[in-house]
Amino acid sequence: MIYGTGFGFDLTKEMEVSALYSKIVILDFPSQSAQRPIVCQLVKQYDLMFNILKARISSKKEGHMVLEISSAGRAAFNKGITYLKEQGVRVSTPEHKIYKDEEKCTHCGACTAVCPTDALYIKRPEMEVIFDLNKCSLCERCLLTCPVRAMGLFSDDLKETA
Amino acid sequence: MSTCQVNKTYEEINAKIAAGEAVVVTAEEIIDIADKEGIVEAARKVDVVTTGTFAPMCSSGAFINIGQSRPVIRTTKTWFNNVPAYSAIAAVDCYLGATAVCEDDPLNKYHPGEFNYGGGHVIQDLVAGKQVHLKAESYGTDCYPNLAIEKTVTLKDLPNAILCSPRNAYQNYNCAINRSDKTKYTYMGTLKSHVSNANYSTSGCLSPLFNDPYLKTIGLGTRIFLGGAQGYVTWTGTQHKKDVDRGLNGVPLSPAGTLSVIGDLKQMSPEWLVGQSIRGYGASLAVGLGIPIPILNEEILKYTSVSDEEIFTQIVDYGHDYPQGISKSYGRVSYAELKSGTITIKGEKIPTVPLSSMVKARTIARILKTEIQKSRFYIGVPQHLFC
Ligand code: SF4
Ligand code: SF4
Repeated sequence: MIYGTGFGFDLTKEMEVSALYSKIVILDFPSQSAQRPIVCQLVKQYDLMFNILKARISSKKEGHMVLEISSAGRAAFNKGITYLKEQGVRVSTPEHKIYKDEEKCTHCGACTAVCPTDALYIKRPEMEVIFDLNKCSLCERCLLTCPVRAMGLFSDDLKETA
Repeated sequence: MSTCQVNKTYEEINAKIAAGEAVVVTAEEIIDIADKEGIVEAARKVDVVTTGTFAPMCSSGAFINIGQSRPVIRTTKTWFNNVPAYSAIAAVDCYLGATAVCEDDPLNKYHPGEFNYGGGHVIQDLVAGKQVHLKAESYGTDCYPNLAIEKTVTLKDLPNAILCSPRNAYQNYNCAINRSDKTKYTYMGTLKSHVSNANYSTSGCLSPLFNDPYLKTIGLGTRIFLGGAQGYVTWTGTQHKKDVDRGLNGVPLSPAGTLSVIGDLKQMSPEWLVGQSIRGYGASLAVGLGIPIPILNEEILKYTSVSDEEIFTQIVDYGHDYPQGISKSYGRVSYAELKSGTITIKGEKIPTVPLSSMVKARTIARILKTEIQKSRFYIGVPQHLFC
């Protein structure tokens, strides 16, 4: 199920339908491995499927990618991840990356205009704005769209950076 | 209203409130009651209907007296946390507007700007009891020789602070779309290109002026919930319009009435005055405002029983038309449709985005209800009506 701009997934529904094991991971490529087609091998050798949620290569040729990886099971998924790590890719999971400060959130709804994956959505009829971490693609669009800065970003060492 | 079957006076309603016997319901609750009991019976039973809204209200601000220094000063420029306040009043008075931004803000130099701190944020910091850095200048006179002062203050240290807004509680507002091919960053939020979202900003059936569309009970001196305290309506707001197209129920079909309001900032709370950074547009202040409507007769009750299905607004293009001052509507939608999450424009389903918080609006209506039930909030008798 693809939403809006075309690169968002409704993870929960996807999992229900196909019974796939799927997870969002963040990959950071050092400059030497950013040049090689590592990610393609996930499909070829490890039988994994992926959906690119975000990709960026810096001027120093370091790569940053957010992938939603799906596989038949956890074991296959883990093999793929081990392969990535062997290639020098830093793999982390986004669970602690974007957060919503519930104290600050006024439930205005402004963020739902820009969230491409429906990770921020409105629960009706209450009209409460809910953040579903599992659907977040880390696009960061909500950070500056939220007028009260209730959406925040944690860096890898779990310090608040935005 | 001699033609009405139910007739209550402000005094009778206030006497009931004093006795703790007033029947108070919210503008959402009254819809079902009126439906089941009929408007006459409902008007007999219910004494007050409470409303609420919480959204960015840019024409907001506060008059602040910063207190004298020694030697004395007549300030001509004043800053709070580097946010400038209007100082062409005497001697240490100023007006801090919600949309003023920090002196060193890059504004829209790197579009869309972030507008991280402005007048609205200062007001929130003040009511939160935070320390604020205050700076003021003057050219000096014989009677006011001091040229510059600087101090750190909290709201407690300031002799007076009055929230005083020239335009709040807009009765209806446009539903904004963007027909251009670029994302637009507006005061109506982020509008994606090619009509990819439709943003709106009222609390619909809970919104104060939808429940008394001709302002028959709301006038000078009407007591309201303002920023978490009791405030008052002082006049109609700027841009107030009453001769507008209305539905059969009297509710305007486009932006219409507004209110100017006043209250003691010192009694307000950061929960109900919230600084806003509206991307690409500027700083603002979200204000919590609620008005209790006294049910004087069944006519007033009928107004308060309006539901989202019966309130409509126009769809306006903020990609091209609005910035060019072209007034054109791309259709009419009800708040029931807007709140459902999608509207249909020219056969296309468009996701809707609220900018006004229903959660907070509901809370305000509930607080007002409780306050009136507990005899802590009385109906202000208007000294002048605008209708
Ligand atoms: S970063 Fe924000 S806008 Fe982007 S997907 Fe996550 S919640 Fe949605
Ligand atoms: S924009 Fe911010 S305050 Fe508004 S609903 Fe989203 S997270 Fe909450």
